[in-house]
This record gives sequence, C-alpha cells and structure tokens, in this order.
Amino acid sequence: MKRRGFLIAGAAAAGGALLVGVGLQPPDARSRLGTGRGAPQPPQGDGVALNAWVQIGRDGRVSVAVPRAEMGQGVHTALAQLLAEELDADWAQVGVHDATGAPVYANAALLLNVLPLQPDDDGALARFARGAAQRLGYSLGLQVTGGSSSVRDAWEPLRLAGAAARNLLLQAAAARWQRPLAELKTAGGFVLHGERRLGYGELAAEAAQLSPAHELPLKRREDWSLIGRSPPRLDLPAKVQGLARYGIDVQLPGLRHAALRQAPSFGGSVVRFEVEAIRQRRGVFDAFLLNEGSAVVVADSWWRAEAALKAHPPRFHAGPRAGLDTAGMRQTLQRALDQHSGTGFRNDGDARAVLARAGAVLRAEYEAPFLAHAALEPLNCTAQVKDGQVHVWCPTQVASLARWKAAQVAGVAQERVTVETTYLGGGFGRRLETDVIEQAVAIAMRCGGAPVKLLWNREEDFTHDVYRPLAMARFEATLGPDGLPMAWLNQVAGPSVGTDTVARLLPGLAADLPDKNHIEGAFELPYAIPHLRVRQLRVPLGVPVGSWRSVGHSLNAFFTECFLDELAHAAGQDPLRYREALLARHPRHLAVLRLAATQAGWSSALPAGRARGIALHESFGSICAQVAEVSIEAGRPRVHRVVCALDAGTLVHPDTVRAQMEGSILFGLTAALHGEITIANGAVQQRNFPEQPLLSLAETPQIDVHLVPSTAPPGGVGEPGTPPTAPAVCNALATLTGRRIRQLPIRL
Amino acid sequence: MPVLEINRHTQDLNLEPDMPLLWALRDELGLTATKFGCGVAACGACTVHLDGEAARSCMLPLGGLQGRQVTTLEGLRDDALMQRLQAAWLAEQVPQCGYCQSGMLMAAHALLRRHPQPSEAQIEAAMTNLCRCGTYPRIRRALRRAQLP
Repeated sequence: MKRRGFLIAGAAAAGGALLVGVGLQPPDARSRLGTGRGAPQPPQGDGVALNAWVQIGRDGRVSVAVPRAEMGQGVHTALAQLLAEELDADWAQVGVHDATGAPVYANAALLLNVLPLQPDDDGALARFARGAAQRLGYSLGLQVTGGSSSVRDAWEPLRLAGAAARNLLLQAAAARWQRPLAELKTAGGFVLHGERRLGYGELAAEAAQLSPAHELPLKRREDWSLIGRSPPRLDLPAKVQGLARYGIDVQLPGLRHAALRQAPSFGGSVVRFEVEAIRQRRGVFDAFLLNEGSAVVVADSWWRAEAALKAHPPRFHAGPRAGLDTAGMRQTLQRALDQHSGTGFRNDGDARAVLARAGAVLRAEYEAPFLAHAALEPLNCTAQVKDGQVHVWCPTQVASLARWKAAQVAGVAQERVTVETTYLGGGFGRRLETDVIEQAVAIAMRCGGAPVKLLWNREEDFTHDVYRPLAMARFEATLGPDGLPMAWLNQVAGPSVGTDTVARLLPGLAADLPDKNHIEGAFELPYAIPHLRVRQLRVPLGVPVGSWRSVGHSLNAFFTECFLDELAHAAGQDPLRYREALLARHPRHLAVLRLAATQAGWSSALPAGRARGIALHESFGSICAQVAEVSIEAGRPRVHRVVCALDAGTLVHPDTVRAQMEGSILFGLTAALHGEITIANGAVQQRNFPEQPLLSLAETPQIDVHLVPSTAPPGGVGEPGTPPTAPAVCNALATLTGRRIRQLPIRL
Repeated sequence: MPVLEINRHTQDLNLEPDMPLLWALRDELGLTATKFGCGVAACGACTVHLDGEAARSCMLPLGGLQGRQVTTLEGLRDDALMQRLQAAWLAEQVPQCGYCQSGMLMAAHALLRRHPQPSEAQIEAAMTNLCRCGTYPRIRRALRRAQLP
C-alpha cells in the first residue's frame, strides 16, 4: 500500500501545481454542458445551439458536436447516439460537426490511463487519484482521442446534454401551448401533447433563450431506443463513395505542396542540399533546410516536390547515434536486467524469499521488438500562416495540443490558431504526436501567406515513427504443491513511452518518473498469486518511442499470458482450468474466459496438426479473452480461427464493438506474425510495406466475437482486443510443437 | 503530353510523362477518392481501372498511358455493379477509417466483373490490397452479399 501511495503521488506530482485551486473531484457532467463560462463560439449556419453539444436547425436537423477524432473507431456515431438518446431525436435527422477549442470539449477520462491502480481498487486513495486525474485532464483542456477513453468520458456529459436540450424544448412547447410541462412528451424529434405536436426545429430558437431545469433525470436503461442498438454509422456513406475528406484530401485555393527528407539516422543532419538546382525545376517554389535534420521542397504539386528530392537527394551526416543497432540495444536491456532491480509496481507477500528457498524455480525471458504504426494515410498536415493568424487542417488525435504547438512554432497566441480535424486514415497512437503539424506550420511561415500541405512519403512514415518500444521481461516463478504459482517475479525492461512523450510535449518537465504505461498489464494481474513482485526498468535506447494501440498492454499481455501458460504446462494442468483456479475472486474475468473457451469448443477434439491456445487480459476498463486455433503450413504459422469474448460494460453500439474486436485482433496478428522494426547504423531498416508487411486478406482467420451483456458503465473498445491475440497464438503454437515462442515476431 | 480518357472524358494533360497517374488524378484533376498509401504499388490504396482492369496508379507513369481508358471511383457513380458493391459495403458496415476502401471497392469491382461468383481462392488472389484497420472479414462478407444469385 505504501508503495502504491508513493507512485500515485509521483504521477500526480507531474501536474500537481496545476491541481492547486481546481479541486480534486472529477468535473461533474452538469458543469460540462457549456452553457456558462467556457462555452464555445456560437455555431455557424442556421442552427441554434441549445448547449455546447447540440445545435438544431429550423428544418429539425440535429447536429452533435464531436470533439473526438474519427479514425475508424466509430466515435462520431457513438457520441451522437448518447446525446440523441436523451434528446429523443429522430436518428435519420442526426448528424455531427467537428468541435475544437472550447474548454468544455476536454477529455477528462484520458489521464485515468496513467494511474498505477488495480482496476478493481475502489478504496479512498484510488477514488481520490481518479478524481484528481479527471480534474487535471479537464483543467488542461486535453482534447485528445486516445486511451480508448472517448465513450467512457462522454457517457454522462453527452447524455446529460441531450436531456438538457430536451428539457429546453419541452419548456418552449409548454409556453406556446400554455400547458404544464408534465403533460408533454417527446418522441422522434417532436414535442407531443395529445394530438398536437411541434417539431424541434420550430421550437429551437425559443428554447435557446431558456435555462435547463435543475433536475435532469436520465432515462432508465429499459427505455433506451438507441443506446445498445447499432444504427448505421454516420461516416460510412461518404467513405464508400470516396467523398470522405481526410487530411491528405484538403484542397484550398492557391494550395502549395511540400515534401521532405529527414536524416535517416536518429539525430543525423543535412550536410548537402542542392537548393539552386531544385529551384530550377518545373513547379518548384522553394527548397530549404527546415532544421539541421530535414530538407524541404515546396512545389505546385506534391509529386513535383517529391521528384525534386528524388533527383537531388540531400546528403546526411549520421550524427551521434550512428552506432545504434538492435543487437546492441538488446544487450543493453539484458545488462540492465542483470544489474538493476528497477522500480516496484507490485509487491504482494515476499516473492524473493519464497523463490530463494524454492526447490524448483522456472525461469524465462521474453522479448518484443520495436513496432511501427503504419496507418494507411501517410502523415500530413495543411497549414496557412497569414496576417498573424494560423489555420491548421489535419488528421490529428490531439486537436488541443496541435493548436498549442502551432502557436508556439508561429510565435502567436493560441487564440490566433484554428485547428480543423479531418477524418483520420488510421491513428493507432501515431497521430497523438505533433511533429508533422509543427513542420507544416514552420513551412507555411515561408510560403508568403499561401496554404501548404506537407505530406510524408511512406518511407518517411516508417523510418520516423515513434515506435512501440523494444522490451524484455525476465520471469522467475515457483509452484505450490497444487501446481499453482506460489511466487512470481517479473522484471520488465525497455524505454519509457511516458518519459519520451512528456519530453516531446513539455521538454522542461521531462523527468525519469515511474511510468504506469510501461508496466500496465504486468502489475495488475487478476490471478491469485500469494507472492507477486513486478518491477520496471526504464532504459532509454535512443530510439523515439510512443503510444501504439494498447501501449504497454500489448507487450505485457504477451509476456505475462505466455509465461502463465508455461506454468500451467509445467504443472501438467490444462491452461484453461489453471486460469480458472486463479480467478476465483474475479467473477467478471472468469465469465469472459469461460465464454471464449466454450464458444471455441475448448475441450473438443481438433484435426491432427491443429492446436488451441488461450489468453485473457484486462485493459482500458474492459476484459477480453481469446482462443486461437493454429496449424503450421509450409513452415509458417497459420491461424485458422480466433474466438473472442469481451466484457466492455454497457455497449453503446454493439456492431462497432464487434468491428473493433475484429480489427484489434488483426492488428495483434500483424504484429505477432510480421511486425518488427530493426535498427542498423542508427537508422530504421524497414522502409515500406514490402519489408514490413501487414496481414493480408488471405491470411485472415475466421473471427467470432461474443459480447457479455452488462449494465456496468462502458469500458474502452478501441484497444482491449489487441493484447490477448499474440499470447493466444503463441500458446497454441507451444501446445502444437512443444516449443515456447518467447520472442516476437513468431519464428518457428 | 499524354492524352488519355479519364472517367469517359478525354484529358489532354500538359504534364510530365514520368508523373504517375495517381498524382495527376489527385493534384491536377482533384479526383481524391484514389488514395496514396505507399508509392510502390504494395498497398492498393491507389487502385483504379485501366481499360477495365484493376491497376495501381502510383506506379503508372502518364507517358505509358497514351490512349488508355482510366476509371476512378468517382467515374462509377452510376455503375450498377459499383452501386451494388457500395450497398453491400454499407449493409456489412465494412469501413473503419475508410482510407483503403476506395481501392478495395475498385479491386472488388474488377473481381466481380471477371468472376461474378468468385471462389475463395479467386477472392484471395484478387483482393491483395492492404487494410490496417482489419476490415478483411467484413470485406469477404460484403463480396458474398454483392454477388448476383
């Protein structure tokens, strides 16, 4: 307990000063209606705003403000559903609009992901820490889409915003008809009184003059008609017609196009750039060094800018990190594990003493490689700097940080910066970074007021990512007389995503602090192990690292769920029964595990040459279990089927949850089968898809998703499906071949 | 100065013969349904039809396209098969981020024109475009749904 208290204090210390004076309770939903101070600018067009979250047009069209980025996870639809449910809107009339900038649009749930708490810890200290984290995220105005937090954050405020708007419309109708409000009802975008009805569009202007009632009761679950259903997603018609506008599709009058080359090796610099020759080429406006490590060409088309760089490639000096290579970094991690014991995150019982006197100790070392995000839309950003104003159009997960960074680069106040978030052609954590936005603004400052679109080619995207970190886990365990683990020691070593991210955002605040995101999924084990010791070694390796779909969970689920499987095999016990025996005090986990096993036919016979493996993992407030069925074909692993069970609490849009599970599993499978970024001479070696393939349709297994009915508040769904996939597949292969896979990607 | 037909309109493009078709479509003609993904014809986000067959436009220099017929997703707005595919894509709620889906639909259209009832092997051979979101299971289902009985 002492240790945990210290860690929470450490986490809070990073923003502690900001907490003073803002209170330590989470912001209540009512204060987030945005009707008082902090309200956004009045809307454009003929819509009338009833609060910060909804406008209603004269024609009755309802437009919901969505301050979260749509990157395929269905957030536009889910947020609109929450509001429309309580508004009693007609779904056919509901749309969304991008909302950026106002403080009420901050994501209060985001920082819950950085707290080193047991997920089921509901003690006073845990509640205090959660309240403070939400207050801090809200006070910082973090308008961020990540950490599977959007629906968790919006769950109360968006429903309350719908209820508040409905209340105003009821009041307006009551005044027109001179009837008590209690006699009125709402349905399908109308206020009803007996045979009479008034459309929301007819009432909106009057409603906007009123104040919502003090009491705004939300609907009972059994009265929901939208939440828990799966109406067609709002963004898909445009996406199948090729009309959806991504960042790369931004078109503006007089738009210029920029291409760039960054030093291939980390920390390298440009030593020769043939600016004069490039400026002679057709369509080229300018060529210059953006900073010591990157060269830019601006032209009237992207291809002309890119072709100029191909014809006159800048020459680079490798710089101080030229000696980096993957083999050396692996040795560095090994040495760290040999020499240091790291920071403690869990210390139940006395694992060291039990291991020291144990007769038989099981030991294993696991390793996962650097990974790239490889979103299919290459990084890009459009910017215009004119008359002291900065306009940014970009596919970003961090609209508020984009605005702040753009203001810094241009040397203007944030109020002079607008950010418009387009659709994202995939995010996965890469678009939490602002590097391309800072570059675009700096380039725009040299374009004489013209807008400019900076687009990276795929090679830049692969070689200048912020990677999932290379990491190692060193385990020791000993079993009790019943074969169950008596003591478990796990030390995880690798670079810290938290430290690196803070260093990029707030260089002044960067410090080597305990990092929950590095060790998440390793220290919160739900299994009943009496002596449990989990420690973190933060080892910088000179390669930029960042959030990659599910962050630490994708590493630690692989390490932990595979090693637990090893223990089951060592005890001669069935891996499913083994886990069941350790989960007696966790009924939700147990139910999810059993659902996956039952649906996969865990105990049924398989054809010769096939085997099943199982894995269970909790992340982002949701619990996921998967059973993979594998064989070996032509010396390669072949995954035939993945059965997935998920408890994500209340499901707002079940079909989207299924889609997220399908996608998360294939994301995890790409990593398990193909994913590896290696470094040689300080530079990333994989430059494009041929060297770093994504899973193909032909390799895609049958996927069956089973959702646990629940009345708990919503959990996250964008990430929790990824962590269990690699261990389920590796455990199946171990059963099939008798050999453990302790290093990814899988090599037989 | 290549002359080619794009979406049934003859285009006399005063462009460099080594400019890939993708960039003529996107930056010169404003046809942005066709996407850039890799630049090396590996991902298929830039798939168009060249004389009715699926082709990856990021590695097709304009100079080699003299007299050829190019069709993009925008050019198939009134095409019955494309409309059937789009309806199937919506019925199965296929796209996630959606960035690869123009290319997927163009590849699917070429596949169903050639094989109205494709085998699994034919689907796997034709649908080699990459999707990072993992919509492949739904693409398979939508392809089945779009087939004529």
